[in-house]
Amino acid sequence: MTERKSAPSPPPFGPPEEVDLTRSRRSFLQMVGITGAASGLGFGGHALAGVALAHADAAASTPPEGSSRVTMKVNGIPTSLDVDPRTTLLDGLREHLKLTGTKKGCDHGQCGACTVIVNGRRVNACLSLVAMHEGDEITTLEGLGKPGSLSPMQAAFVEHDGYQCGYCTSGQIMSATALLDEPVGPHDADVREAMSGNICRCGAYSNILAAIQQVRKNKGGV
Amino acid sequence: MQPFAFSRVTTEQQAIEASARSNTAQQGAEVRFVAGGTNLIDLMKLNVEAPGSVVDINHLPLAEVEKLPDGGLKIGALVRNSDLANHPDVRRDYAVLSEALLAGASAQLRNMATTGGNLLQRTRCVYFRDTHSPCNKREPGSGCPAIEGFNRTLAVLGASNHCIATNPSDMNVALAALEASVIIHSSNGERVVPIADFFLLPGDTPNKETEMQPGDLITHVVLPVPASGSRSHYLKLRDRASYEFALASAAVVLAVNDGKVSHARVAMGGVGTRPWRSPEAEEALIGKPATPKTFAEAATAALKSAKAQSENGFKIELARRCVASALATVAAA
Repeated sequence: MTERKSAPSPPPFGPPEEVDLTRSRRSFLQMVGITGAASGLGFGGHALAGVALAHADAAASTPPEGSSRVTMKVNGIPTSLDVDPRTTLLDGLREHLKLTGTKKGCDHGQCGACTVIVNGRRVNACLSLVAMHEGDEITTLEGLGKPGSLSPMQAAFVEHDGYQCGYCTSGQIMSATALLDEPVGPHDADVREAMSGNICRCGAYSNILAAIQQVRKNKGGV
Repeated sequence: MQPFAFSRVTTEQQAIEASARSNTAQQGAEVRFVAGGTNLIDLMKLNVEAPGSVVDINHLPLAEVEKLPDGGLKIGALVRNSDLANHPDVRRDYAVLSEALLAGASAQLRNMATTGGNLLQRTRCVYFRDTHSPCNKREPGSGCPAIEGFNRTLAVLGASNHCIATNPSDMNVALAALEASVIIHSSNGERVVPIADFFLLPGDTPNKETEMQPGDLITHVVLPVPASGSRSHYLKLRDRASYEFALASAAVVLAVNDGKVSHARVAMGGVGTRPWRSPEAEEALIGKPATPKTFAEAATAALKSAKAQSENGFKIELARRCVASALATVAAA
């Protein structure tokens, strides 16, 4: 079988800038969930939507007994959280901040689905505690680009069809984004090795590789 | 995960005082330092580790690599594996260490994992990681199902009737070949432990893996000046090409003068209950012509005392070829 060339195939959903991600199934369900819960508590649903609620998690002046207070910057937004010390960075992002772009796969550092960038470096969010990130700058998939203004790596993944089921994709994109600033050789084999911490069980590897190499070429790094 | 108290320390003194309250620094420790977290948090999720107190040492000033006046290298315990692997002095003078680090784990894990943490990395034996199974390392006296069970990846060197678990680290194998020392601070001051003495054989106390005592803090690893004219190399063999633990690996340091071996250090990974330095292989190399025949004889010597379990006999031949190949590679470089 010949390897797929990086010549751009027509993107499955039209050009990246036209991809409408604003009404995903998850955001719909989340809105229903939050509004539903909020209504039950007698709050106005609109005031509790999404990240704004979560980023105000630690509004109280003293953290509850036994919890850790952590202040960090998440996708550029100063964020304070009171968490049980057992809370991993992955669960903190997903469950407390509702940033569900970061995925939980194996939860043991073996699959890379939870990859985020901390202080400029990619890490497995599942093997790190929120409490260990006082003062850190965290970037998640949500911090890379927005619908209509995808980051170059996000756009390249769309263009090259770098996914099938999509579960590993945000981890792949975070890893690939961080890779651009690492001492990785120019060859396909170098990229494969550098990306070995991100498992894709659908086997979209060749397209993921094409997406990464295209971004690197455009950046002038290869 | 069991509940624990979390604290951050900013001075060595605070760290030492916190860990001195632990009953042990080995399996079952009440107090654990966390740095990268890649091993500890994994094991805490599995309830293999359940410390009542977790002390974050990431804010200690131990993240520097320093050139020593004598030409050696002093590596802070908090230097991340990726930083160490890519450090220009390490790449130039201690290639075996850089290669070993880059052969380990994934880019993400290497960005987290530290030098001190890697030294203390725990075995991947499936029975150790499964709290429903007996394990003498995890629960002394409960037995070792690996001896009669799934032992394909386990040790052929240094095993006892109580434990056949391998040390999983790549870095430690390179450190063994480089004759590194571990610097430990405690309330009694500083002590310097040669890497050969740092790791213990399982014997009848496989729960005790290292020289670490309560109140001990690893602050640095020191590498001596590279032997004159020597080159080094790490070769790792595994079930897949990347992101996998070693079935067998070899860290070799070799100097050849006038076609004869003048300096040799050989250590193996994936086959021993601790990072396995082989004086037998080194003896078989010194003064001999740097030829494939010599390398094959050295490799045979390295595995001479190996003992196979039911599933891992293949490792003996694999490790033999690994050592011979690594020596040939470095001699040809």
